[in-house]
Amino acid sequence: MFYLREYRQQAEFWDGIRDQFTVAMGIAAWGMMTGVAMVKSGMSVIEALLLTLIVYAGSAQLTALPLMLAGAPLWVILAAAFCVNLRFVVFSAHLRPFMMHLPRWKRMVSGYVTADLSYVFFARRYHEPATTPEGLSAQQAYLMGNSAVNYLSWMTASVIGVVLAQWIPTEWGLGFAGILALVGVMASMASSTLRMVSAGIAGAAAVAAWALPLKLNILAAIVCAVAACLVIEKVHALTQKGDNRV
Amino acid sequence: MFDIDLHTLLTIVALGVITVVTRGFFFISNRPWTLPKWAQRGLQYAPIAALAAVVVPEVVMSQGALIGTLWDARIFATLAGLAWFAWQRSVLGTIVAGMAVYLPLHIGLGW
Repeated sequence: MFYLREYRQQAEFWDGIRDQFTVAMGIAAWGMMTGVAMVKSGMSVIEALLLTLIVYAGSAQLTALPLMLAGAPLWVILAAAFCVNLRFVVFSAHLRPFMMHLPRWKRMVSGYVTADLSYVFFARRYHEPATTPEGLSAQQAYLMGNSAVNYLSWMTASVIGVVLAQWIPTEWGLGFAGILALVGVMASMASSTLRMVSAGIAGAAAVAAWALPLKLNILAAIVCAVAACLVIEKVHALTQKGDNRV
Repeated sequence: MFDIDLHTLLTIVALGVITVVTRGFFFISNRPWTLPKWAQRGLQYAPIAALAAVVVPEVVMSQGALIGTLWDARIFATLAGLAWFAWQRSVLGTIVAGMAVYLPLHIGLGW
């Protein structure tokens, strides 16, 4: 997708490459540790490589891994992966108006390569879909630039991790670089008080709801935070109106 | 080392389909449809919430429980990363500063 010339010719594509490069090191460290973890938990090298190359979703891979090794039924493994990926369903609702000018297969391929941070960078830069075909194409080019760096750094590092697994101790905790990348991006998004409130509520809720199965705590946290922010917005608007009347 | 059976291969391919379906969930239908206004407004709070929901448990929990001590390499690394971001507004710098604090504390002191 991101190799298409129509994207590479646009300045926004290279903006996307540049933006995503700021987090590429964290993604790579995380991808490498996912590769290491897959092999260390008992997958064969070929299984680990295929899992990474086909599935391309770190948290779903790490969730499916113990289930696959334990011989869980296929539908349980798929349901678990679906739940862990539910945040992407939310993201796709957000991205839909930016995507609908494309034919369906291009939308699906674009969706496939759009991981967390590509989406986050895109949502940070564009708030409304463009009104012209050129504008929409430029927005798509930006998304694909981000996705290209995300994809390549994740895949390269995962393959290295799979191959070098026996020489890289997980105890070093190199994967924490991935969390720090997310911390940095989160800080860069905290552009309003309500967004900081959203982060605070989501963080607390994710800890409180940790016991939920299938990483559903993440979805529960997003729902809580968004609902709380909408309520605060509403209450704030109402009190403002009240003040005006007085 | 290189063994794979048909069932595992099928599972992996099906997991790939799950990635495509979840990441493109609302791209599938061609029918005109837009999110209700409140949901559109709400979505501006979703990305940062998703990040916080992933990050915070990774920093303040271990083995499914809230950590009981503040002397944890992850806490100091995250604070160092945030401080760097506040100063330089650089995500790459956040990773480097955080790891510069994390690795010595974690590997050196075993925190």
